Amino acid sequence: MFAGLNNNPVSFPQAMPPDWPGNAWWHWVIFTVIILVFFLGSVIMFIYMERRVLAKMQARIGPNRVGPFGLLQAIADAVKVLMKEMVTPANADKIVYWLAPAITFAPVVMVLAVVPFADGALLADLNIGILYVLAISSLSSIGVFMAGWSSNNKYSLIGAMRMVAAVVSYEMPIVLALASVVLIAGSMSLNDIVIAQQSYPMLLMQPLAFLLMFIAGCAEINRSPFDLMEADSEIVAGFHTEYTGMKFALFYLAEYGEAVVMSSVIATVFLGGWQGPFLWPWLWFILKTFFVFFLMIWTRTTLPRVRIDQLMSLAWKFLFPLALINLIFTGIEVLTYPDGIPWYFIFANIAIGAILVLLWSRLYKVGGGRIAVG
Amino acid sequence: MILLPVLFRFLKVVPHHPNAIKTATFECGMETIGKTWVQFNFRYYFYALIFVAFDVLVVFIYPLAVQLRNLGYSALIGIVVFIAIVLVGYIYAWKKRVLEWK
Repeated sequence: MFAGLNNNPVSFPQAMPPDWPGNAWWHWVIFTVIILVFFLGSVIMFIYMERRVLAKMQARIGPNRVGPFGLLQAIADAVKVLMKEMVTPANADKIVYWLAPAITFAPVVMVLAVVPFADGALLADLNIGILYVLAISSLSSIGVFMAGWSSNNKYSLIGAMRMVAAVVSYEMPIVLALASVVLIAGSMSLNDIVIAQQSYPMLLMQPLAFLLMFIAGCAEINRSPFDLMEADSEIVAGFHTEYTGMKFALFYLAEYGEAVVMSSVIATVFLGGWQGPFLWPWLWFILKTFFVFFLMIWTRTTLPRVRIDQLMSLAWKFLFPLALINLIFTGIEVLTYPDGIPWYFIFANIAIGAILVLLWSRLYKVGGGRIAVG
Repeated sequence: MILLPVLFRFLKVVPHHPNAIKTATFECGMETIGKTWVQFNFRYYFYALIFVAFDVLVVFIYPLAVQLRNLGYSALIGIVVFIAIVLVGYIYAWKKRVLEWK
């Protein structure tokens, strides 16, 4: 009876798929530690950077008391929030209420598994990298909706509904913009996409896709000017109104973690990721990530919050058609020059993008302080 | 990192003294009126329906985007026709003013 087991062709070492990089357990341990350190470090630096840059742009000083230049302010906030009492509302849906922060937070870290820090230096070089990023990053909106629903608070529910509607709407421009990048790179692996940007970054080849991705990315991670799902003046704090202590801290971490993930994905896909002269590849990657986040802060200080109808019409009537047109243009270019698009198409692409944006924005009527779509 | 809050709670660093006022639902400080879990604005479902239609479209675009160089012009024409078929629904929704928030 047991003799047949010895003939089993699946021996133990092959239990791990052989095409995983390194094919060794320490690869996973090292990169898990690297990703966690990068994630937490970036979140702390992003919080500090946002407060300082925001203060500088508004002619304030910002946090400068805790540590040199206020560098330890985020850590002090983290310690404070850890010591806080956790209050669970009496008529909340308890199980869902407890699960929601974890379900929001976990997918955010998981996305970093396919983002390369240097050539081949990533946790898992999936050949469906982009699809993985999109699928996992949209999972966290389930956690947000669970939080809003289970709090049994009307403001939380309204915030969560707005959040899901906005995330669902802005998913489409992101997906289509990334699809046109995949067209040029010919691969969905993020490492291959970075290698495809050897001669010039994708930003020059796909200026319109970068613009769409940046706007939709800001909306996807609920940053101002698209932050009306957390609009303090209307619905207290949105879906996390009822959360306190460590559970609130997890939502806060997830929010800035999404900013880290979105910045690093934009830096990888459009700005050439780890590629760059003179410095180390990982340093280039981190610098580009921070640069993208700086652009997001800049947008936040410059633009006022949009209304809900403007939010929806911007996604469905502006970004989405432009992304489709851009995709078809890119397809024609790729087929005309299958061995690589010549460099002078950079100017053609910028011109096409500018003309499309100008023509399409004529649909928008401005007058009397209102912006409407005709 | 995950175990830190558990440890703090175990060591009684984090306080835990719930009372009726503290665990009441917070809605701008006023007492809450009526149920929260009611039927919600139907407008959200329109967006969800359109999203589902286009997400399926995108699932077909991605494999094509990877292999377009090998497939040639016929594949591009095919996907343009496919997008056009789905776009009929999009234009219908636009004309029916579903995409507007009123």
